[in-house]
Amino acid sequence: MLLEVKDIVLNYGKIEALHGLSLEVGEGEVVSLIGANGAGKTSTMRAISGVRGVSSGQISFNGENVTNLRADQRMRKGLVLAPEGRGVFPGMTVVENLEMGAYTRRDRAAILSDFERVFELFPRLSERKKQVAGTMSGGEQQMLSIGRALMSRPKLLLLDEPSMGLAPMLIQQIFSIIREIAQQGTTILVVEQNAKQALTLADRAYVLETGNIVKTGKGSDLLTDTSIREAYLGVA
Amino acid sequence: MDFTNLIEGLAGFTVDGLTKGSIYALVALGYTLVYGVLRLINFAHSEVFMVGAWTVLGVYTAVGAHSGVGVWLAIGITLLAGLVAALVSAGTALVVERVAYRPLRNKNAPPLIVLITAIGCSLVLVEIFGHALRVFFGAPFGRSAVNIPTVVPTREVFTIGNFNMSNIDLIVILAAVGMMVALDLFVNKSRLGRGVRAVAQDPDTASLMGVNKNNVIMLVFIIGGVAAGLAALLHTMKYDFAKFDMGFLIGIKAFTAAVLGGIGNLRGALVGGLLLGVCEVYSSALISSNWEDVTAFVILVVVLMFRPTGILGESLGKARA
Repeated sequence: MLLEVKDIVLNYGKIEALHGLSLEVGEGEVVSLIGANGAGKTSTMRAISGVRGVSSGQISFNGENVTNLRADQRMRKGLVLAPEGRGVFPGMTVVENLEMGAYTRRDRAAILSDFERVFELFPRLSERKKQVAGTMSGGEQQMLSIGRALMSRPKLLLLDEPSMGLAPMLIQQIFSIIREIAQQGTTILVVEQNAKQALTLADRAYVLETGNIVKTGKGSDLLTDTSIREAYLGVA
Repeated sequence: MDFTNLIEGLAGFTVDGLTKGSIYALVALGYTLVYGVLRLINFAHSEVFMVGAWTVLGVYTAVGAHSGVGVWLAIGITLLAGLVAALVSAGTALVVERVAYRPLRNKNAPPLIVLITAIGCSLVLVEIFGHALRVFFGAPFGRSAVNIPTVVPTREVFTIGNFNMSNIDLIVILAAVGMMVALDLFVNKSRLGRGVRAVAQDPDTASLMGVNKNNVIMLVFIIGGVAAGLAALLHTMKYDFAKFDMGFLIGIKAFTAAVLGGIGNLRGALVGGLLLGVCEVYSSALISSNWEDVTAFVILVVVLMFRPTGILGESLGKARA
């Protein structure tokens, strides 16, 4: 397994947000984590990426225990998060944001070819190279956030709510780009409120409710699961 | 109000103000950089400057410097003093960060706790230099000013009308502006500088990009310390003394300059520093030198009434080319 999360507990002060959550992501897989608002999706991503420390449990990446590593140390090992919402640097241009994605790299030639790759995936970004990120639309910032994460050549790409706040047309577009990134060989763990898109995309999926995993299975199976259809897909 | 005095000597007063302001600006850098990254007013920074001035005296004493040395030797000694002062000041800033601020940060201390710690560090350093120097070196060290030998004697470089440009003023202004330009390029164009801006804009996201926050914090304390050490050298070239509490007023003025220009903004530090220096000298020409400190703070209050974020008013993160 590329990523193994075992029984992690995450606290915000006295409030426990995750109560012993476990999940796994294998090399080359696309795994979704779906759940309603407040289920603990973003907390899970914070714990895995190292932005927040866990109070118990273990996180292993690539066979190595990374539970006690800081976020920047985990990132250098290839565990890369594109944070939710407007996680771009608002005062930097598109190009500077992408450069930040490649902050830990020194291979200038390969970085330049990755710029090309990101601009091919997101033609909108190549039209706005010099634009300051804070002045772009929500969808463009989301694209920039994903593009920036790709600039580090992640072993595992963590996507936190890539569809958040986007119009339905844009959601379609973002998910087809994520599919393309997966086909190019990147392992992905995506956390989503938009269950239909997330389950269609995923090889496997987990269902998160108030800090616990309540269901797991193949994406296609969960799509036809009656209780999931009722709770998350709005179909009786 | 003596307007004829001001107008007749305008060029001279302006250069005087720019010289003063250059030193404010260099010290202001340290306040603004640390604030930009940590949202902390590092009140101990004035003492980082004071330590630099004593270091210059120490180097001069060690090499036996005096005003009679030749031109090349004078330049060499000055550069050496600047280098050592920059290192010692940066080291002092770094020690304060590691000993006082980082442990508090690691415990998520509220901002007020860190602020009062900063004031405490400042007082501790002041009193150490006010007492310990006498204990170790005897008189004249202690609570009075100690003369620093003049290594580079004042000379006229050029004359326009009734105005003489001195070598010292020219060196001070050029060195300060040069350092500011270099730092601006570093922050806006280099990879490490981008890391500094990233932490200033969003520390969590910066760490997701692989930026080590503590390294960036140490870096800004070092840069601020180097600038303060250099400012101390320039100050001794112009005013030739060191005193245990010399940092206080210059620190307050530099902090004022940083706020005036827009705290967290590098270019704001330069603009604020120069503006403050020039206004002070103009007001002492107009009224009397007793009024220059009053003027400085009246200007601050008035500017902040109309532009609460300062003249340039952007954060370090947003300030860009």
